[in-house]
Amino acid sequence: MRLDKDKILSILLVMPSILAVMIFVYGFILWSGRVSLSQWKGLLPNYEWAGLQNYINLFNDPRFHIDVRNTFIFTVLFVFGSLILGLMLAVMLDQGLRGESFFRTVFLFPMAISYIVTGVVWRWLMNPAQGERMSGFNILFERLGLDFLINQWHTTPGWGIAFIAVPAIWQMSGYVMALYLGGLRSIPEPLREAARVDGATELKIYFHVILPLLRPITLSAMIILGHISLKVFDLIVAIAGKQVALDVPAVYMWQTTFDGYFFNRGASIGILLLLSVAVLVIPYLRYSLRSEAEL
Amino acid sequence: MSKKNWYALLAILLIGAMALTACGGQEPATEVAPEGGKSEVEVFSWWTGGGEAAGLEAMIAIFNEKYPDIEFINATVAGGAGTNARAVLATRLQAGDAPDSWQGHAGQELIGTYVAADQIEPLNFLYEENGWLEVMPATLIPLISQNDNIYSVPVNIHRANVLWYNPKILDENGIAVPTTMDEWFAAMDALKAAGVETPLAMGEQWTAMHLLETVLLGSMDPAAYNGLWDGSTAWDGPEVKAAIENFERILTYTNSDATSLSWQDASQLVVEGDAAFNVMGDWAEGYFRELGKAPNADYGWAPVPGTGGTFQFLSDSFVMAKNAPHRDACIAWLTVAGSKEGQDAFNPVKGSIPARSDGDRNLYGEYLQSAMDDWASDVVVGSLTHGVVANDSWKTEIDTALGLYLGSGDIAAFQSALAAACATSGPCK
Repeated sequence: MRLDKDKILSILLVMPSILAVMIFVYGFILWSGRVSLSQWKGLLPNYEWAGLQNYINLFNDPRFHIDVRNTFIFTVLFVFGSLILGLMLAVMLDQGLRGESFFRTVFLFPMAISYIVTGVVWRWLMNPAQGERMSGFNILFERLGLDFLINQWHTTPGWGIAFIAVPAIWQMSGYVMALYLGGLRSIPEPLREAARVDGATELKIYFHVILPLLRPITLSAMIILGHISLKVFDLIVAIAGKQVALDVPAVYMWQTTFDGYFFNRGASIGILLLLSVAVLVIPYLRYSLRSEAEL
Repeated sequence: MSKKNWYALLAILLIGAMALTACGGQEPATEVAPEGGKSEVEVFSWWTGGGEAAGLEAMIAIFNEKYPDIEFINATVAGGAGTNARAVLATRLQAGDAPDSWQGHAGQELIGTYVAADQIEPLNFLYEENGWLEVMPATLIPLISQNDNIYSVPVNIHRANVLWYNPKILDENGIAVPTTMDEWFAAMDALKAAGVETPLAMGEQWTAMHLLETVLLGSMDPAAYNGLWDGSTAWDGPEVKAAIENFERILTYTNSDATSLSWQDASQLVVEGDAAFNVMGDWAEGYFRELGKAPNADYGWAPVPGTGGTFQFLSDSFVMAKNAPHRDACIAWLTVAGSKEGQDAFNPVKGSIPARSDGDRNLYGEYLQSAMDDWASDVVVGSLTHGVVANDSWKTEIDTALGLYLGSGDIAAFQSALAAACATSGPCK
């Protein structure tokens, strides 16, 4: 390969970011891995070898069990909720109704807001106070005579985390809608017409023609939502603060590291989070790299 | 030069400029030579707003008056109770870039973190030179010391074991202010029977820990309470068991939406007449005043039942870094922080009492005057939630145990988790 001036220049130009990524991403991952195998507890580093003890302690830690359970409930509800709602919105907008661009913008807007803002607003909306101090959704339900809908929201014992998924779905379903809408628009009209000629109902067209064609989009959306939900942190802190009932691994990592100086335990949680995201993302990356190579 | 090359040149210049700014930002400000021999002192705190920031400004004004040659660098990082600030400080200390002096809750929060990491200097000489040992309560000194070395200068004192009550609700129901746990239970039972929905207001998880520490103190004598923190009272023993049972019963009188309320929300329930009692530190009094409420008419106060004659304190204090970049200027700052003049400038604005017992009473309001009397005469013990008696690791372990208990309601598991926390991060072996 001949190295001409342009090539050298381009390599030089990307070098700073490659170096930065090597140090600040991969270097620090390795360093976290090392800390997670150490006995570092306290302000100053202590790299004494602890083997897998930190991980074993975590697997026996009742608080970490709550974290895993909460993450699981949140992920399932959030991913499937956003996918279903997003698909429904996209299909409705795809009917060619008037004012489509207006609704498209409205549904997309929540995505422009940070999770902190969403959290603060929904903390008010989902106010669990009863009696005279009732407010938010609960008072709306009461005024409308829908008393059976009044509930404790995120303070529901054992299932509070399920209600945290509601604002998250509200925020991300518009994004899923945009993904699906793009996919729906790229499906050529002749395909639908062919199905109609063959006598398929509109419902059948969606289930047997359109949804299968949207499968790559569903996969990307699941990966994107899935890794967001595994890392969820700001939304929970904004709504619930630091409380064990609504704990997730990221909150535990933050609290144990910076409030309690358990750097070893914090690093172990960080590595477990990384692995759980990697399980989702790496197969997807391989898949998309391969399909790009085919193109 | 072609257009493409121009772009390349521009890109390189931009990257170069960014790299330069990045390096410039990392350069510690302290390395800049002071102009004209003027010295400086960098004081790190999380006092960025409200009465705290105004109080600090008042103290800085006194410092500037006394030491016009020393430039005061007020390094603050925003964030409630210093969560962000302490993370920033930890990063600076790990990088060897310590400020001269920084804020911390007096007691084990400082000792367990910074003395254990050999980052701060004992200040006994300051106490002796300035006669502070005579004007601060004798029972306070051991709580801010390790091996007879005093490590910080407390500038203010807050009381944790305060029971706030709504005098109108108590009067209407013919209830006297309770002084023992049993009287308190009887009072809350009577209130419940009379249709008071929330006899005791509580907020998010840390306010439950605050309640727990006062119940621990109310369920045993002060010596046994102090023993919890030096390992001489067993966490799996009968005293703690009785305290946890009291705590379990007390929780049955609290509001169902506790986890969604901040401490302000919970305290406000009392002055608005939605709850009869609330246990919170005496910063709540400043909040009541902000709401335009009057002492004794809209709110009353007493020690938490079972804790009369005991002052469960917490304090903001300042330390001196080991090898402080400007040691003499730092000593000057700490001298002001411990002086009568400095403390009487800071505390009326912040809404707390001075750590010295010789403060000027006329500067303080009705509640604070009563707290000053108690401070001078009571037995002083330390607060858990606010960093006096347990180091940060131990405290977060207790917080986790408490959070798990609030979810499960299993008091046996709670007690064994507390015992385990003391064994892994406290003095119990």
